[in-house]
Amino acid sequence: MSEGFDLVPVQIRVNGTLYERTIEPRVLLVDFIREELDLTGTHIGCDTTYCGACTVLMNGANVKSCTVFAVQAHGSEITTIEGLARDGKLHPVQEAFAANHGLQCGYCTPGLIMSTVYLLSKRQKPTDQEIRKGIAGNTCRCTGYQNIFKAIRAAAAADDNG
Amino acid sequence: MKLRLSSPSALVDLNFIPDSSYIRRSNGTIHFGAMTRHADIENSEIASRVPILHDCAAGIADSQVRNRGTIGGSVAEADPSGDWGPVLLTLDTEVHVIGPSSSRTIGLPEFFLDAYTTALAPGELVKEISVNAPPKNTAGAYVAFKRCAPVYASASAAVSLTVEDGACSAARILLGCVGLTAIRASEAEAALIGKQLTAKTIETAAEAAMAAADPQSDMRGSTEYKRALVRVLVKRAIHIAARRARGEHVEAGHEYVGRI
Repeated sequence: MSEGFDLVPVQIRVNGTLYERTIEPRVLLVDFIREELDLTGTHIGCDTTYCGACTVLMNGANVKSCTVFAVQAHGSEITTIEGLARDGKLHPVQEAFAANHGLQCGYCTPGLIMSTVYLLSKRQKPTDQEIRKGIAGNTCRCTGYQNIFKAIRAAAAADDNG
Repeated sequence: MKLRLSSPSALVDLNFIPDSSYIRRSNGTIHFGAMTRHADIENSEIASRVPILHDCAAGIADSQVRNRGTIGGSVAEADPSGDWGPVLLTLDTEVHVIGPSSSRTIGLPEFFLDAYTTALAPGELVKEISVNAPPKNTAGAYVAFKRCAPVYASASAAVSLTVEDGACSAARILLGCVGLTAIRASEAEAALIGKQLTAKTIETAAEAAMAAADPQSDMRGSTEYKRALVRVLVKRAIHIAARRARGEHVEAGHEYVGRI
């Protein structure tokens, strides 16, 4: 532990479970999720608010968890990629990405799926323009985005967006 | 901080201050709590009645950043490439500041002193930003060009015009990302005032704006490239503002590959 930092107690609800931890104030939310809670589905790509691999939902809104301190999430509800499936059944957005091959290496996929879940929570039937804008903060270096688009269109067309 | 551009000895998170995020309208003035998120402004009925506010809020970085970033934070940071600076300078904007023992109101032109430097004294915080909704026949437009969504713009133009009987009777033209602070292109404004908004008049104004720009070469483009961008963006913003001033609904905002 660094000198001069007092540990701070935090309570953060992640995927429905309330976690109480005592942490350094400088710990980033993404590191809290990955290292403290061992939920490694949320990825770290650029660490500079560019790539979106670390996207999670914070009180329902998509945010880049590399640019939120864990102490700022005190009292918040966080949803990560691990929190989407229900009773062993994938979330419709996860299903759509799998069915449409909306990924290649998969590194950006958790972030893209979280941004898609957020987009569809705001716009049930987004236009192509709204889809582009909705995932503009998520970088994919493999796919060229075509199948990601197909996946998001398919998820939007499904009856139940979860 | 991760890039070690600043190393503060202590950080205070303003997110937990109650009633610091709001959008209210009273007597033609729109009040934004300092912690109002860009996304809240993007989706605000009140703010959308001043289209240039929506142009700006809806295109800052990406949805993740708009869900966290605030108008007060942007103004207080005074980043030379920030979006709110040029936009709010086209309007009559005041910054309401609170200190340990007193509060005061600073006009936005007096608030921005230099790059990353404002009139805030140690211990003072931005509490509210207030904007006078433009009068009749007056409208603005903000056009910013960026390489992709999450990055700062390479150049931007914010324009406000008053159009009466086809002629421009008042104009404000601000350039973003091409100087240490947003640059007011007074000669470009003068080229429009009292004139019919013809292609030739607009071209003259755009060339004056280009001359007023003072860009640096960097990873977002060379000096020449940014100057050329300014010319195009100013023309585009003038056209859109003029159409809006006549009551037309026109989309505008940030442009980048993939969005266009």
